Amino acid sequence: MNMNFTMIGQLIAFAVFVAFCMKYVWPPLLAAIEERQKTIADGLEASARAEKDLELAQAKATDQLKEAKAQAAEIVEQAKKRANQLVDEETQRGHAEREKIIAQGYAEIEAERNRVKEDLRKQVAALAITGAEKILAREIDAQAQNDIVEKLVAEL
Amino acid sequence: MASEYTTTEYIQHHLTNAQMCSVNGEIAFNKACSGSGFWVLHVDTMAWSIGLGILFLWFFRSVAKKATTGVPTKTQAFVELVVDFVNDNVTSTFHGKSSLIAPLALTIFVWVLLMNLMDLVPVDVLPAIAGMVGQYGFGMDPHDVYMKAVPTTDLNLTFALAMGVFILILFYSIKMKGISGFVKELTMQPFGHWAFIPVNFILETVTLLARPLSLALRLFGNLYASELIFILIATIGLFQLPLHFAWAVFHILVLPLQAFIFMMLTIVYLSLASEDH
Repeated sequence: MNMNFTMIGQLIAFAVFVAFCMKYVWPPLLAAIEERQKTIADGLEASARAEKDLELAQAKATDQLKEAKAQAAEIVEQAKKRANQLVDEETQRGHAEREKIIAQGYAEIEAERNRVKEDLRKQVAALAITGAEKILAREIDAQAQNDIVEKLVAEL
Repeated sequence: MASEYTTTEYIQHHLTNAQMCSVNGEIAFNKACSGSGFWVLHVDTMAWSIGLGILFLWFFRSVAKKATTGVPTKTQAFVELVVDFVNDNVTSTFHGKSSLIAPLALTIFVWVLLMNLMDLVPVDVLPAIAGMVGQYGFGMDPHDVYMKAVPTTDLNLTFALAMGVFILILFYSIKMKGISGFVKELTMQPFGHWAFIPVNFILETVTLLARPLSLALRLFGNLYASELIFILIATIGLFQLPLHFAWAVFHILVLPLQAFIFMMLTIVYLSLASEDH
Protein backbone atom coordinates (compact mmCIF):
# COMPACT_ATOMS: atom_id res chain seq x y z
CA MET A 1 0.00 0.00 0.00
CA ASN A 2 1.79 3.06 -1.19
CA MET A 3 0.91 6.66 -0.64
CA ASN A 4 1.09 8.73 -3.77
CA PHE A 5 -0.30 11.52 -5.84
CA THR A 6 -3.77 9.96 -5.65
CA MET A 7 -4.12 11.51 -2.21
CA ILE A 8 -3.71 15.02 -3.61
CA GLY A 9 -6.19 14.26 -6.36
CA GLN A 10 -8.70 12.91 -3.86
CA LEU A 11 -8.21 15.90 -1.61
CA ILE A 12 -9.04 18.23 -4.48
CA ALA A 13 -12.05 16.12 -5.45
CA PHE A 14 -13.23 16.11 -1.83
CA ALA A 15 -12.92 19.89 -1.59
CA VAL A 16 -14.81 20.38 -4.84
CA PHE A 17 -17.60 18.02 -3.76
CA VAL A 18 -17.99 19.72 -0.40
CA ALA A 19 -18.02 23.15 -2.02
CA PHE A 20 -20.64 22.06 -4.55
CA CYS A 21 -22.75 20.46 -1.85
CA MET A 22 -22.46 23.56 0.30
CA LYS A 23 -23.47 25.90 -2.51
CA TYR A 24 -26.03 24.00 -4.58
CA VAL A 25 -27.34 21.00 -2.66
CA TRP A 26 -27.66 21.74 1.03
CA PRO A 27 -29.33 25.18 1.08
CA PRO A 28 -32.32 24.46 -1.19
CA LEU A 29 -33.02 21.09 0.48
CA LEU A 30 -32.82 22.48 3.99
CA ALA A 31 -34.86 25.52 2.96
CA ALA A 32 -37.57 23.23 1.59
CA ILE A 33 -37.58 21.16 4.77
CA GLU A 34 -37.71 24.19 7.04
CA GLU A 35 -40.38 25.85 4.92
CA ARG A 36 -42.51 22.74 5.15
CA GLN A 37 -41.92 22.47 8.88
CA LYS A 38 -43.13 26.04 9.22
CA THR A 39 -46.19 25.33 7.08
CA ILE A 40 -47.03 22.27 9.17
CA ALA A 41 -46.50 24.17 12.41
CA ASP A 42 -48.75 26.96 11.13
CA GLY A 43 -51.37 24.43 10.09
CA LEU A 44 -51.31 22.74 13.47
CA GLU A 45 -51.58 26.08 15.20
CA ALA A 46 -54.48 27.09 12.98
CA SER A 47 -56.27 23.82 13.67
CA ALA A 48 -55.76 24.28 17.42
CA ARG A 49 -57.12 27.80 17.12
CA ALA A 50 -60.11 26.60 15.11
CA GLU A 51 -60.80 23.96 17.73
CA LYS A 52 -60.74 26.58 20.44
CA ASP A 53 -63.00 28.83 18.37
CA LEU A 54 -65.41 25.96 17.89
CA GLU A 55 -65.44 25.34 21.63
CA LEU A 56 -66.11 28.98 22.30
CA ALA A 57 -68.88 29.06 19.71
CA GLN A 58 -70.46 25.95 21.20
CA ALA A 59 -70.31 27.44 24.67
CA LYS A 60 -71.83 30.63 23.34
CA ALA A 61 -74.58 28.73 21.54
CA THR A 62 -75.37 26.81 24.72
CA ASP A 63 -75.50 30.05 26.66
CA GLN A 64 -77.78 31.65 24.12
CA LEU A 65 -80.03 28.61 24.09
CA LYS A 66 -80.28 28.74 27.85
CA GLU A 67 -81.01 32.44 27.73
CA ALA A 68 -83.63 31.97 25.04
CA LYS A 69 -85.27 29.24 27.08
CA ALA A 70 -85.29 31.46 30.12
CA GLN A 71 -86.78 34.29 28.09
CA ALA A 72 -89.43 32.01 26.63
CA ALA A 73 -90.33 30.79 30.10
CA GLU A 74 -90.55 34.37 31.30
CA ILE A 75 -92.75 35.30 28.37
CA VAL A 76 -95.05 32.37 29.03
CA GLU A 77 -95.18 33.33 32.69
CA GLN A 78 -96.01 36.91 31.80
CA ALA A 79 -98.67 35.78 29.38
CA LYS A 80 -100.24 33.59 32.04
CA LYS A 81 -100.18 36.44 34.48
CA ARG A 82 -101.71 38.78 31.96
CA ALA A 83 -104.37 36.23 31.13
CA ASN A 84 -105.19 35.83 34.81
CA GLN A 85 -105.27 39.55 35.17
CA LEU A 86 -107.59 39.85 32.19
CA VAL A 87 -109.86 37.17 33.57
CA ASP A 88 -109.89 38.96 36.93
CA GLU A 89 -110.60 42.29 35.30
CA GLU A 90 -113.41 40.83 33.22
CA THR A 91 -114.85 39.10 36.22
CA GLN A 92 -114.74 42.31 38.19
CA ARG A 93 -116.28 44.24 35.34
CA GLY A 94 -118.97 41.58 35.02
CA HIS A 95 -119.66 41.90 38.72
CA ALA A 96 -119.81 45.66 38.42
CA GLU A 97 -122.12 45.38 35.46
CA ARG A 98 -124.33 43.01 37.29
CA GLU A 99 -124.44 45.30 40.29
CA LYS A 100 -125.19 48.19 38.00
CA ILE A 101 -127.94 46.31 36.19
CA ILE A 102 -129.41 45.12 39.45
CA ALA A 103 -129.22 48.66 40.86
CA GLN A 104 -130.91 49.98 37.73
CA GLY A 105 -133.58 47.35 38.06
CA TYR A 106 -134.11 48.31 41.65
CA ALA A 107 -134.24 51.98 40.68
CA GLU A 108 -136.71 51.26 37.89
CA ILE A 109 -138.79 49.15 40.20
CA GLU A 110 -138.63 51.94 42.80
CA ALA A 111 -139.63 54.53 40.21
CA GLU A 112 -142.49 52.36 39.01
CA ARG A 113 -143.66 51.84 42.53
CA ASN A 114 -143.49 55.54 43.24
CA ARG A 115 -145.43 56.25 40.08
CA VAL A 116 -147.97 53.60 40.92
CA LYS A 117 -148.14 55.01 44.44
CA GLU A 118 -148.69 58.50 43.06
CA ASP A 119 -151.37 57.21 40.71
CA LEU A 120 -152.93 55.33 43.50
CA ARG A 121 -152.78 58.37 45.73
CA LYS A 122 -154.34 60.53 43.02
CA GLN A 123 -157.04 57.99 42.38
CA VAL A 124 -157.61 57.65 46.10
CA ALA A 125 -157.80 61.45 46.34
CA ALA A 126 -160.22 61.56 43.46
CA LEU A 127 -162.10 58.72 45.03
CA ALA A 128 -162.13 60.53 48.35
CA ILE A 129 -163.31 63.67 46.72
CA THR A 130 -165.97 61.76 44.89
CA GLY A 131 -166.83 60.00 48.09
CA ALA A 132 -166.94 63.24 49.99
CA GLU A 133 -169.06 64.86 47.25
CA LYS A 134 -171.39 61.96 47.44
CA ILE A 135 -171.37 62.05 51.23
CA LEU A 136 -172.10 65.70 51.31
CA ALA A 137 -174.61 65.11 48.53
CA ARG A 138 -174.38 68.58 47.53
CA GLU A 139 -172.58 70.77 45.13
CA ILE A 140 -169.61 72.27 46.73
CA ASP A 141 -167.44 74.82 45.37
CA ALA A 142 -164.60 72.77 44.06
CA GLN A 143 -162.62 75.88 43.94
CA ALA A 144 -163.16 76.63 47.61
CA GLN A 145 -162.45 73.08 48.69
CA ASN A 146 -159.41 72.63 46.52
CA ASP A 147 -156.96 73.51 49.27
CA ILE A 148 -158.49 70.84 51.48
CA VAL A 149 -158.19 68.33 48.70
CA GLU A 150 -154.61 69.36 48.08
CA LYS A 151 -153.94 68.95 51.74
CA LEU A 152 -155.51 65.52 51.72
CA VAL A 153 -153.54 64.47 48.71
CA ALA A 154 -150.34 65.59 50.41
CA GLU A 155 -151.21 63.63 53.49
CA LEU A 156 -151.75 60.41 51.62
CA MET B 1 -10.53 -15.52 -13.52
CA ALA B 2 -9.55 -17.31 -10.35
CA SER B 3 -8.59 -20.52 -12.12
CA GLU B 4 -5.78 -18.86 -13.98
CA TYR B 5 -4.03 -17.67 -10.81
CA THR B 6 -2.53 -19.20 -7.78
CA THR B 7 -4.38 -18.06 -4.68
CA THR B 8 -1.63 -15.63 -3.71
CA GLU B 9 -1.52 -14.10 -7.15
CA TYR B 10 -5.29 -13.87 -7.20
CA ILE B 11 -5.40 -12.00 -3.91
CA GLN B 12 -2.54 -9.74 -4.89
CA HIS B 13 -4.17 -8.97 -8.19
CA HIS B 14 -7.37 -7.99 -6.46
CA LEU B 15 -5.58 -5.79 -3.97
CA THR B 16 -3.54 -3.83 -6.49
CA ASN B 17 -4.74 -0.51 -7.80
CA ALA B 18 -4.65 0.45 -11.44
CA GLN B 19 -1.79 2.89 -11.59
CA MET B 20 -0.99 5.66 -13.99
CA CYS B 21 2.18 7.66 -14.16
CA SER B 22 4.42 9.55 -16.46
CA VAL B 23 7.65 7.81 -17.55
CA ASN B 24 10.03 9.86 -19.73
CA GLY B 25 7.24 12.24 -20.72
CA GLU B 26 4.87 9.45 -21.77
CA ILE B 27 1.89 8.14 -19.87
CA ALA B 28 2.55 4.67 -18.48
CA PHE B 29 0.46 2.22 -16.52
CA ASN B 30 0.75 -0.28 -13.66
CA LYS B 31 4.03 -2.19 -13.52
CA ALA B 32 5.86 0.46 -15.49
CA CYS B 33 5.14 2.85 -12.65
CA SER B 34 7.06 0.93 -10.00
CA GLY B 35 9.90 3.45 -10.14
CA SER B 36 7.84 6.60 -10.15
CA GLY B 37 7.62 6.98 -6.38
CA PHE B 38 5.14 9.61 -5.32
CA TRP B 39 3.96 10.69 -8.75
CA VAL B 40 1.58 7.82 -9.37
CA LEU B 41 -2.17 8.12 -9.73
CA HIS B 42 -4.57 5.31 -8.78
CA VAL B 43 -6.89 5.54 -11.77
CA ASP B 44 -9.48 3.12 -10.40
CA THR B 45 -9.73 4.86 -7.03
CA MET B 46 -10.00 8.24 -8.71
CA ALA B 47 -12.56 7.10 -11.27
CA TRP B 48 -14.85 5.25 -8.87
CA SER B 49 -14.71 7.85 -6.11
CA ILE B 50 -15.26 10.81 -8.41
CA GLY B 51 -17.94 8.91 -10.31
CA LEU B 52 -19.77 8.07 -7.10
CA GLY B 53 -19.28 11.62 -5.82
CA ILE B 54 -20.80 13.02 -8.98
CA LEU B 55 -23.62 10.48 -8.76
CA PHE B 56 -24.36 11.68 -5.22
CA LEU B 57 -24.21 15.37 -6.12
CA TRP B 58 -26.19 14.92 -9.33
CA PHE B 59 -28.93 12.98 -7.54
CA PHE B 60 -29.20 15.38 -4.62
CA ARG B 61 -28.90 18.43 -6.86
CA SER B 62 -31.66 17.22 -9.19
CA VAL B 63 -33.92 16.71 -6.18
CA ALA B 64 -32.90 20.05 -4.68
CA LYS B 65 -33.75 21.87 -7.90
CA LYS B 66 -37.25 20.43 -7.96
CA ALA B 67 -37.70 20.56 -4.20
CA THR B 68 -41.19 21.62 -3.29
CA THR B 69 -42.25 22.89 0.10
CA GLY B 70 -45.59 21.16 -0.31
CA VAL B 71 -46.18 17.43 -0.49
CA PRO B 72 -42.84 15.88 -1.51
CA THR B 73 -42.34 13.13 -4.04
CA LYS B 74 -40.99 9.83 -2.72
CA THR B 75 -37.53 10.66 -4.04
CA GLN B 76 -37.58 14.02 -2.35
CA ALA B 77 -38.84 12.46 0.86
CA PHE B 78 -35.93 10.01 0.78
CA VAL B 79 -33.38 12.75 0.14
CA GLU B 80 -34.93 14.89 2.85
CA LEU B 81 -34.74 11.94 5.22
CA VAL B 82 -30.98 11.78 4.68
CA VAL B 83 -30.57 15.56 4.91
CA ASP B 84 -32.67 15.70 8.06
CA PHE B 85 -30.73 12.83 9.62
CA VAL B 86 -27.42 14.60 8.98
CA ASN B 87 -28.84 17.94 10.09
CA ASP B 88 -30.09 16.46 13.37
CA ASN B 89 -26.67 15.01 14.10
CA VAL B 90 -24.91 18.26 13.25
CA THR B 91 -27.21 20.50 15.28
CA SER B 92 -27.10 18.21 18.29
CA THR B 93 -23.29 18.04 18.29
CA PHE B 94 -21.97 21.26 16.79
CA HIS B 95 -23.10 24.20 18.89
CA GLY B 96 -22.21 27.07 16.66
CA LYS B 97 -23.31 28.57 13.44
CA SER B 98 -21.57 27.31 10.38
CA SER B 99 -22.81 26.93 6.85
CA LEU B 100 -19.98 24.51 6.12
CA ILE B 101 -20.28 21.77 8.74
CA ALA B 102 -23.66 20.39 7.69
CA PRO B 103 -22.96 20.13 3.93
CA LEU B 104 -19.54 18.72 4.79
CA ALA B 105 -21.13 16.07 6.99
CA LEU B 106 -23.70 15.24 4.32
CA THR B 107 -21.03 14.92 1.64
CA ILE B 108 -18.86 12.71 3.84
CA PHE B 109 -21.74 10.50 4.90
CA VAL B 110 -23.29 9.87 1.50
CA TRP B 111 -20.06 9.79 -0.45
CA VAL B 112 -18.31 7.41 1.94
CA LEU B 113 -21.44 5.28 2.14
CA LEU B 114 -21.63 4.99 -1.65
CA MET B 115 -17.94 4.10 -1.86
CA ASN B 116 -18.34 1.56 0.94
CA LEU B 117 -21.32 0.01 -0.83
CA MET B 118 -19.02 -0.89 -3.72
CA ASP B 119 -17.80 -3.55 -1.30
CA LEU B 120 -21.06 -5.43 -1.85
CA VAL B 121 -20.45 -5.81 -5.59
CA PRO B 122 -19.13 -9.36 -6.01
CA VAL B 123 -15.34 -9.14 -5.94
CA ASP B 124 -14.74 -10.62 -9.39
CA VAL B 125 -17.31 -8.71 -11.41
CA LEU B 126 -15.62 -5.37 -11.93
CA PRO B 127 -12.05 -6.71 -12.30
CA ALA B 128 -13.35 -9.23 -14.85
CA ILE B 129 -15.11 -6.55 -16.87
CA ALA B 130 -12.02 -4.37 -16.71
CA GLY B 131 -9.87 -7.32 -17.75
CA MET B 132 -12.07 -8.04 -20.76
CA VAL B 133 -12.10 -4.38 -21.77
CA GLY B 134 -8.31 -4.36 -21.48
CA GLN B 135 -7.93 -7.62 -23.34
CA TYR B 136 -10.31 -7.03 -26.24
CA GLY B 137 -10.29 -3.25 -26.34
CA PHE B 138 -6.62 -2.52 -25.91
CA GLY B 139 -4.99 -5.89 -26.51
CA MET B 140 -3.53 -6.12 -23.03
CA ASP B 141 -2.85 -9.17 -20.94
CA PRO B 142 -5.86 -9.29 -18.56
CA HIS B 143 -3.41 -10.11 -15.77
CA ASP B 144 -1.97 -6.66 -16.20
CA VAL B 145 -5.34 -4.94 -15.88
CA TYR B 146 -6.03 -3.98 -12.30
CA MET B 147 -9.32 -2.82 -10.88
CA LYS B 148 -9.79 -2.21 -7.19
CA ALA B 149 -13.33 -0.99 -7.14
CA VAL B 150 -13.80 -0.01 -3.48
CA PRO B 151 -12.18 3.43 -3.18
CA THR B 152 -12.27 3.37 0.63
CA THR B 153 -9.86 0.41 0.64
CA ASP B 154 -7.25 2.80 -0.76
CA LEU B 155 -5.29 4.57 1.97
CA ASN B 156 -4.84 7.53 -0.35
CA LEU B 157 -8.53 8.22 -0.34
CA THR B 158 -9.11 7.80 3.39
CA PHE B 159 -6.09 9.95 4.11
CA ALA B 160 -7.30 12.57 1.65
CA LEU B 161 -10.61 12.75 3.52
CA ALA B 162 -8.83 12.88 6.86
CA MET B 163 -6.47 15.57 5.55
CA GLY B 164 -9.44 17.63 4.46
CA VAL B 165 -10.95 17.29 7.92
CA PHE B 166 -7.58 18.06 9.53
CA ILE B 167 -7.19 21.25 7.52
CA LEU B 168 -10.66 22.29 8.67
CA ILE B 169 -9.75 21.46 12.28
CA LEU B 170 -6.75 23.78 12.03
CA PHE B 171 -8.83 26.40 10.24
CA TYR B 172 -11.60 26.37 12.86
CA SER B 173 -9.14 26.29 15.76
CA ILE B 174 -7.37 29.40 14.49
CA LYS B 175 -10.57 31.11 13.40
CA MET B 176 -12.31 30.65 16.76
CA LYS B 177 -9.38 31.05 19.16
CA GLY B 178 -6.91 33.07 17.16
CA ILE B 179 -3.35 31.96 16.56
CA SER B 180 -2.31 32.80 20.13
CA GLY B 181 -5.26 30.91 21.57
CA PHE B 182 -4.47 27.90 19.42
CA VAL B 183 -0.79 27.98 20.43
CA LYS B 184 -1.81 28.35 24.05
CA GLU B 185 -4.10 25.34 23.72
CA LEU B 186 -1.19 23.32 22.36
CA THR B 187 1.30 24.40 25.03
CA MET B 188 -0.56 25.23 28.24
CA GLN B 189 -2.72 22.11 28.49
CA PRO B 190 -3.16 19.89 30.37
CA PHE B 191 -0.57 21.36 32.80
CA GLY B 192 -0.93 25.12 33.11
CA HIS B 193 2.66 25.96 34.00
CA TRP B 194 5.44 27.24 31.74
CA ALA B 195 7.81 24.48 32.87
CA PHE B 196 5.49 21.91 31.30
CA ILE B 197 5.35 23.56 27.89
CA PRO B 198 7.44 20.88 26.10
CA VAL B 199 5.47 18.05 27.70
CA ASN B 200 2.20 19.77 26.95
CA PHE B 201 3.21 20.39 23.38
CA ILE B 202 4.11 16.77 22.79
CA LEU B 203 0.87 15.53 24.37
CA GLU B 204 -1.37 17.99 22.55
CA THR B 205 0.34 17.46 19.22
CA VAL B 206 -0.16 13.73 19.52
CA THR B 207 -3.81 14.35 20.38
CA LEU B 208 -4.21 16.66 17.41
CA LEU B 209 -2.50 14.36 14.92
CA ALA B 210 -4.20 11.25 16.25
CA ARG B 211 -7.55 12.57 15.07
CA PRO B 212 -7.03 12.55 11.30
CA LEU B 213 -4.79 9.50 11.56
CA SER B 214 -7.43 7.49 13.40
CA LEU B 215 -10.13 8.73 11.02
CA ALA B 216 -8.18 7.58 7.98
CA LEU B 217 -6.95 4.31 9.41
CA ARG B 218 -10.30 3.28 10.90
CA LEU B 219 -12.15 3.61 7.62
CA PHE B 220 -9.32 2.06 5.63
CA GLY B 221 -8.78 -0.78 8.09
CA ASN B 222 -12.43 -1.78 8.26
CA LEU B 223 -13.00 -1.68 4.54
CA TYR B 224 -9.67 -3.25 3.61
CA ALA B 225 -10.27 -6.10 6.03
CA SER B 226 -13.81 -6.74 4.83
CA GLU B 227 -12.70 -6.62 1.19
CA LEU B 228 -9.87 -9.01 1.98
CA ILE B 229 -12.30 -11.43 3.59
CA PHE B 230 -14.55 -11.20 0.54
CA ILE B 231 -11.57 -12.06 -1.66
CA LEU B 232 -10.53 -14.90 0.62
CA ILE B 233 -14.04 -16.30 0.57
CA ALA B 234 -13.92 -16.11 -3.21
CA THR B 235 -10.96 -18.50 -3.26
CA ILE B 236 -12.60 -21.44 -1.52
CA GLY B 237 -14.70 -22.80 -4.33
CA LEU B 238 -18.37 -23.67 -4.28
CA PHE B 239 -18.97 -23.00 -0.58
CA GLN B 240 -18.27 -19.35 -1.12
CA LEU B 241 -21.90 -18.65 -1.98
CA PRO B 242 -23.48 -18.95 1.50
CA LEU B 243 -20.39 -17.43 3.08
CA HIS B 244 -20.49 -14.49 0.70
CA PHE B 245 -24.12 -14.00 1.50
CA ALA B 246 -23.57 -14.07 5.25
CA TRP B 247 -20.59 -11.74 5.05
CA ALA B 248 -22.50 -9.34 2.77
CA VAL B 249 -25.49 -9.28 5.12
CA PHE B 250 -23.12 -8.45 7.95
CA HIS B 251 -21.81 -5.56 5.89
CA ILE B 252 -25.23 -4.05 5.45
CA LEU B 253 -24.56 -3.02 9.05
CA VAL B 254 -20.82 -2.34 8.83
CA LEU B 255 -20.76 -0.16 5.72
CA PRO B 256 -23.26 2.50 6.78
CA LEU B 257 -21.85 2.37 10.30
CA GLN B 258 -18.36 3.24 9.07
CA ALA B 259 -19.74 6.10 6.97
CA PHE B 260 -21.72 7.31 9.97
CA ILE B 261 -18.70 7.09 12.30
CA PHE B 262 -16.56 9.07 9.87
CA MET B 263 -19.24 11.76 9.62
CA MET B 264 -19.92 11.85 13.36
CA LEU B 265 -16.24 12.07 14.31
CA THR B 266 -15.72 14.83 11.76
CA ILE B 267 -18.50 16.83 13.39
CA VAL B 268 -17.17 16.10 16.88
CA TYR B 269 -13.60 17.08 15.99
CA LEU B 270 -14.71 20.30 14.33
CA SER B 271 -16.96 21.02 17.28
CA LEU B 272 -14.04 20.52 19.67
CA ALA B 273 -11.83 22.69 17.47
CA SER B 274 -14.26 25.57 17.45
CA GLU B 275 -15.02 25.51 21.17
CA ASP B 276 -13.09 27.77 23.48
CA HIS B 277 -11.95 25.91 26.56
